[in-house]
Amino acid sequence: VQPQPDAKMCDQTFLAITFGPCDNCSQNKPLMNIYLKNEPINYCSLCVEMMACQGLAKGETIHTLKAESESLKSKLEEERAKLHDVELHQVAEKMEALGQFVMKTRRTLKGHGNKVLCMDWCRDKRRIVSSSQDGKVIVWDAYTTNKEHAVTMPCTWVMACAYAPSGCAVACGSDEEKSIQYVVLLYVFVILTSSGDGTCALWDVESGQLLQSFHGHSADVLSLDLAPSETGNTFVSGGCDKKANVWDMRSGQNVQSFETHESDINSVKYYPSGDAFASGSDDATCRLYDLRADREVAIYSKESIIFGASSVDFSLSGRLLFAGHNDYTINVWDVLKGTRVAILFGHENRVSTVRVSPDGTAFCSGSWDNTLRMKVKGLAVVIGVLHHPVVSAPRAAGELRNIGHSFPVIYS
Amino acid sequence: MSSKMAGSNNLTHARRMVQQLKVEASIERIKVSKASADLMRYCGENAKYDPLLMGIPASENPFKDKKPCTIL
Repeated sequence: VQPQPDAKMCDQTFLAITFGPCDNCSQNKPLMNIYLKNEPINYCSLCVEMMACQGLAKGETIHTLKAESESLKSKLEEERAKLHDVELHQVAEKMEALGQFVMKTRRTLKGHGNKVLCMDWCRDKRRIVSSSQDGKVIVWDAYTTNKEHAVTMPCTWVMACAYAPSGCAVACGSDEEKSIQYVVLLYVFVILTSSGDGTCALWDVESGQLLQSFHGHSADVLSLDLAPSETGNTFVSGGCDKKANVWDMRSGQNVQSFETHESDINSVKYYPSGDAFASGSDDATCRLYDLRADREVAIYSKESIIFGASSVDFSLSGRLLFAGHNDYTINVWDVLKGTRVAILFGHENRVSTVRVSPDGTAFCSGSWDNTLRMKVKGLAVVIGVLHHPVVSAPRAAGELRNIGHSFPVIYS
Repeated sequence: MSSKMAGSNNLTHARRMVQQLKVEASIERIKVSKASADLMRYCGENAKYDPLLMGIPASENPFKDKKPCTIL
């Protein structure tokens, strides 16, 4: 999608998709340019993968393969269960409990004409970019609440936005063609996206070339997060198939998969050390999955919490998990003990996105009430309240985060 | 999609599933007790740098409203 800049916001506008009918299956999809018997062809990434799987092995039928699948699944469960010697919250009992938690809204950013769907912090810890159903992407100075830039997109639901690491560019994704629901900026020239078609894709933005595709979800992929740079080139995705998958960015391989949620996963976020990730789901729970134990190690839920969690984020040390919900509240959890330490009120509609600032001093929440609110721990004063008519609409999806590490471009 | 294509697609999907499960089954895992201890240690080491956990003094809070001064 090509944004029309209202003000000088970035040096270049990027067309991010090479799209068209696949030479094999004829579906309109992102295409890879490959050579087959010295002839250049354009295959979608799924057909490229299928090609690699052709040819029957001796004695192989669909039945033997299914039986093998089932036995592998049981073996996987067995292996995981062997290491389940204790619960995280039991180990955490010896930790000091957190004190009383008070957070106050410090700033309310008003200016969007419709639901706020996504936001991201700039690395300067001061600027915020937000996108909305009103088709606008706005850059704010969070300290002064001034709007620095506004870009009008040629579409309405701007599901996702992210700041480039340089702070000089912003990427946006729209739901219009059901093409991009979620965008993460790796480096200003490479973008990772997730889509309503169930795939994730890595793009070289300058050329529009598809670098790698990731297949494994059987429904819309609603959220992605990149592993912190120290822990390597992996990312986690969560989707409407209730699965959270961990991927190797270079090979496209799905290395781990978790399926314990009972409904769509709306948000996934890495624990700051990179050894775990949290998820928020329509099943009203958040969960913590440890990557080295290869299992779910905590579930954050209460009988009184019945509305889905749309967005999650960790505080800097990973001790706190913030979860925005569809009942307009934000729950704050002690990640290790599994207890809720606070409920934050203030929004007048669904919370669609929560994001802790890069230095961890504040967090910002965006909502279908058209506002963004920023909270800092201390004494609270609600600065302003915005009244807008609530229009019922499909669930907001998509989240963006920008990470600073550069990524070597790999052409497959 | 012809039934022949669908048939071969089912087979390919089944093979992909088996390959995928083999990859997932082969990874090395650690005990939950060890994983939990590591998560706790990370929190412990970084707690003092976490402003949302510790709170920050008003003088350092960039979001705190500046009160107007009254000259007496």
